[in-house]
Amino acid sequence: MQLNTEVRDKTKDKSRFQKISPALAIASIGILGANETLAKDELDRWDFDTAVLLYAEADDRVSAVEPVFSATRAFDNGETLNIKLAYDTLTGASPNGATPSKQKQIFTRPSGKGKSTIASGESPLDDTFKDSRVALALNWTAPINREWEYSTGLYGSKEFDYLSLGGNASIKHYFNQKNSAINFGISFSSDQVEPKGGTPIALAEMAHKSDDDFKDTHKKTREDDSNSKTIQEGMIGLTQVINRQTIMQFNAGFSYTSGYLTDPFKLLSVIGSDKSDSDYGANFQDTNSNNIYLYEARPDSKLRHSFYWQTKYSVSNGDMIDSSYRFMIDDWGINSHTLDFRYRWYFTLNKERDSYLEPHLRYYSQSAADFYQRYIDSDDYQLGDPNFSFASADERLSDMNAVTLGLKYGWRYQEGKEVNIKLEYYSQSHSGKKGIGSLSNQELYPGTKAVMLAIGYSF
Amino acid sequence: MHQKILQIMLIVSFISACSNVGVKPWEKNILARDDMQLIHAPLEAGLDDHIYFSKEASSGGRGFSGGGCGCN
Repeated sequence: MQLNTEVRDKTKDKSRFQKISPALAIASIGILGANETLAKDELDRWDFDTAVLLYAEADDRVSAVEPVFSATRAFDNGETLNIKLAYDTLTGASPNGATPSKQKQIFTRPSGKGKSTIASGESPLDDTFKDSRVALALNWTAPINREWEYSTGLYGSKEFDYLSLGGNASIKHYFNQKNSAINFGISFSSDQVEPKGGTPIALAEMAHKSDDDFKDTHKKTREDDSNSKTIQEGMIGLTQVINRQTIMQFNAGFSYTSGYLTDPFKLLSVIGSDKSDSDYGANFQDTNSNNIYLYEARPDSKLRHSFYWQTKYSVSNGDMIDSSYRFMIDDWGINSHTLDFRYRWYFTLNKERDSYLEPHLRYYSQSAADFYQRYIDSDDYQLGDPNFSFASADERLSDMNAVTLGLKYGWRYQEGKEVNIKLEYYSQSHSGKKGIGSLSNQELYPGTKAVMLAIGYSF
Repeated sequence: MHQKILQIMLIVSFISACSNVGVKPWEKNILARDDMQLIHAPLEAGLDDHIYFSKEASSGGRGFSGGGCGCN
């Protein structure tokens, strides 16, 4: 019955539809228009920030490409949500810790598969250094009332053999007409490292591929377990407005790391230290006439304290100066000083829509870790019974000075929208005990030089 | 112990000294500028931190140094 009625009304409906259709079309345009406005409103609440960094070290060592994307949404009650995604790829070769030698050197690759040969006088590099990393961070900041604000964040990053997960929380109190703010924060991270081919046992001798029983001897240098470490941090910060043109920040913090802190890919050379012996200053050898290299060993905890002071100053012509100093001290014996200085020079007086040049100078200096040794004396090695518990030849734990020189150009083509490009040169020099005997002719501290290019776009 | 008391006194005097500096709310136009924020280029700061974290023994200070990576 109903069907019949439908058939009967079909013609009538058709003509009715023809009459309605223009009205529907107009209405739909209205709805679409409203959707577009909504979408535009939503987009207006977001700020996007993107950048890509190209990093290249001299002598074909490490090079990296790192694109980063960040999106921030502002909410009605003053809350903000930030999402940050980063991806990086590393390739190239990195120093494996052993010293150069007057003879060629053969190293078993960290995975136990294959070997690499280093020519005489060359810096031993681990050429299997290749990795990609993806990292995601979320951050939420919200006011509690006019004087208090809190912030929480989650973080995770994954590489082929490394996983890091963490979270942080902080609370901020504004006072003195919001000219001062005090901030308390805590952070916790848990990292897991699973080196390919197992983790080397601390101070074990590297097995040589040429050994008849290589498989067994290599296996004896390894433990199968994955290794973890935790990082706990705390910080107290004070932000202070000094006058209309100056603001300062003071932070004091600590960080406590415990667990597996050793670098599973780093070695140490054992060098003949008996002056009366013919191998004085040469690689100390085992009964098979193979050079002896030890896997490094670091303590399983590190406590670090930091102090940070930053000042931002707007010059009367509107240019901006950003300077900071950081001091760090840890119980591995490393003290460091970092000075950073930037001057933003605007081409005109309109600060929201202008081009600028920003020279950058950074100076970094650190003292060596107590257990840092460029090489091990055979006297200390005592034929496999070393008289020390920790040792590392990682140049990052040595006495070091580093300088960064950079120049950035930024073009603000609209308020809050900017394109920029930055070129920087980074140079590290290391120092430590000198070589003995024939080792004194080798370059033990070649230093590191790198160029960094970053391109950024904010919209 | 004496050292601790001295430290606390220093911090308290430091914070109370802060109440004498500062500006009125309507004088904050310059400090409100984007480039006058403490971290005015957060993405760039993050990239720099990552490089220095992987090449030097110190990290963090300005903020948390956070979790590691295989690069250090």
